[in-house]
Amino acid sequence: MTAAATPIAEARPRVRRFGRLRSGGIGLHTVVIVLMVIWAVPTVGLLINSVRPGQEAASSGWWTAIFPPYQFTFENYAHVLEQSNIGTNFLNSLIISIPATVIPIFVAAFAAYAFSWMEFPGRNVLFVVVVGLLVVPLQATLIPILKLFAGWGIAGTFLAVWLAHTGYGLPFAIYLLRNFMGSLPREVFESAAIDGASPVTAFFRLAIPMSVPALAALAIFQFLFVWNDLLVALIYIGAVRPDNLPLTVSIAGLVTSIGGGTEFLGAAAFLSMLLPLIVFFALQRYFVRGIVGGSVKG
Amino acid sequence: MEERIITAIIAVIGVPAVLVAYIWGTEQVLRIFPEGLKPRLRPWLWMAPALGLLGLFLVYPMVGTIIASLQNTTGTEWVGLENFGWFFGSNDALSALKNNVLWLIFLTLFTVGFGLIVAVLVDRVRYETAAKSVIFLPLAISMVAAGVIWLYMYQYKPPGAVQTGTLNAAVGALGAGPIPWLQVQDFSVNTFMLIIVMTWMWTGFGMVIISAALKGINPELLEAGRVDGANEWQVFRGIIFPLLVPTLVVVGTTMIITALKAFDIVYTMTGGNLETDVIANLMYKQMFRVGEFGRASAVAVVLLLAIVPIMFFNIGRFRAQEAVR
Repeated sequence: MTAAATPIAEARPRVRRFGRLRSGGIGLHTVVIVLMVIWAVPTVGLLINSVRPGQEAASSGWWTAIFPPYQFTFENYAHVLEQSNIGTNFLNSLIISIPATVIPIFVAAFAAYAFSWMEFPGRNVLFVVVVGLLVVPLQATLIPILKLFAGWGIAGTFLAVWLAHTGYGLPFAIYLLRNFMGSLPREVFESAAIDGASPVTAFFRLAIPMSVPALAALAIFQFLFVWNDLLVALIYIGAVRPDNLPLTVSIAGLVTSIGGGTEFLGAAAFLSMLLPLIVFFALQRYFVRGIVGGSVKG
Repeated sequence: MEERIITAIIAVIGVPAVLVAYIWGTEQVLRIFPEGLKPRLRPWLWMAPALGLLGLFLVYPMVGTIIASLQNTTGTEWVGLENFGWFFGSNDALSALKNNVLWLIFLTLFTVGFGLIVAVLVDRVRYETAAKSVIFLPLAISMVAAGVIWLYMYQYKPPGAVQTGTLNAAVGALGAGPIPWLQVQDFSVNTFMLIIVMTWMWTGFGMVIISAALKGINPELLEAGRVDGANEWQVFRGIIFPLLVPTLVVVGTTMIITALKAFDIVYTMTGGNLETDVIANLMYKQMFRVGEFGRASAVAVVLLLAIVPIMFFNIGRFRAQEAVR
């Protein structure tokens, strides 16, 4: 579904074709390459400036550093890690993201299995409600939940953000998994039931192993969503427990306190991008599948 | 420090263990019920954790927000539509609303348009995978990081000084003076600069979905058109584009929601100052800077009302898909 288009094999290839349309000329390549450069420049600029000495970055553009003499340094990174709490924030981001990824996947998998392979009255209506909840803006839930957390005495804790992210991530998780599990072959589950397998056995032995692609896509999607989140952490951890804040909130704080465009900010921002970039390059295929699977049903 | 790592490990291992034990336990509990009742009870037990969390974190607070929007700040008195009266009478709120309309129109237009163009163009080159990765990458990073990246792009130094911002250096190379991009309020230039950042991030989203739909088009259909003498533009206009319209609608509705909820970029890059505010940031400010919970709730309800039509549109689309299934 997401694999690159393969050249269409022909017995006598007179015209070389790639993909659905005929290959274009030099104009096409120029446009595509210009687009690639435009899209890459902002990130490359930040990366280069983050490894330049402060004075250099302040007095000349990042593009001048591409040419010799080279003066690259990691002192900005050292400074950020020593002088600010970025190291702690990085750890906090991890502590927030991993449980907030794992918990909703389990909860959603159970619900998705029930929606896919169990008969009960109101099944369709209930799933329509889930589809409706997909688009609820978080903003419409913040104040009552904040009061709830304050009442329970967990405002500012990791538990609060885990719970919130689980709730917010569930509609998409249930939707994606139900669409995938529902498209598994019916015969598999029927013959398992005839052989006397309980729904629990069928779930763990059949449904889960067969749904690994969807589960992987969902895990990456939810992880990136939570890792990159600003609003949820800002509201529920916010000023209550500054020592629990994730990277996004502290970097946004750095922008307002020291202003944009300093070399330290670039280093901090790049540290926050490190994990998403690794996930992106290693697991891009699954990430794409999560996005495509959530929007258009195959 | 160790304490929080231990908590996280307990959460990662303990919570799933409890959930698995719960599902296994339901089967044991069901044993005491007569055979006929089991299939009727079982689905509810499987869905209970999800339904509980959805109810607690989405349904209940939504109702709570609607109620709070009709009350005073402390929630002690009913004030009718007073908070909404404030919203539609406040210049700041109306300016934020106007900006959200700009976001909605242009972010949707840009991401769907660029997404379509890029998907169709890269389909015809051999380095398609590499090209798509480059366009898609910004979607993996946070909007805060994207905000920082673009603060470098938009950086402004007074005329005469060396321009270290990429955009002003480019403008300078063309012989024009530096422009303080995020401060120009005429024609909402600064808001457009923020929309461009989001376009940079979200074009990849449109691209991958449109590209997946493009790959699903039967090549024989296109070949038939070519045999009939259609040129590449006519093949695109007459065959590919009509087949892609449903996909463009899907991407468009997602982008409309993204535009309505826009917050991170504005919060990070301008803080909503200089007429760049949007409703999500307005709500945040009413909540935490001013402590006006009633007004903040009214802002959230306005946002919710704007999204309701899309909610019903999506449900209708889902039902149509299910009918085909």
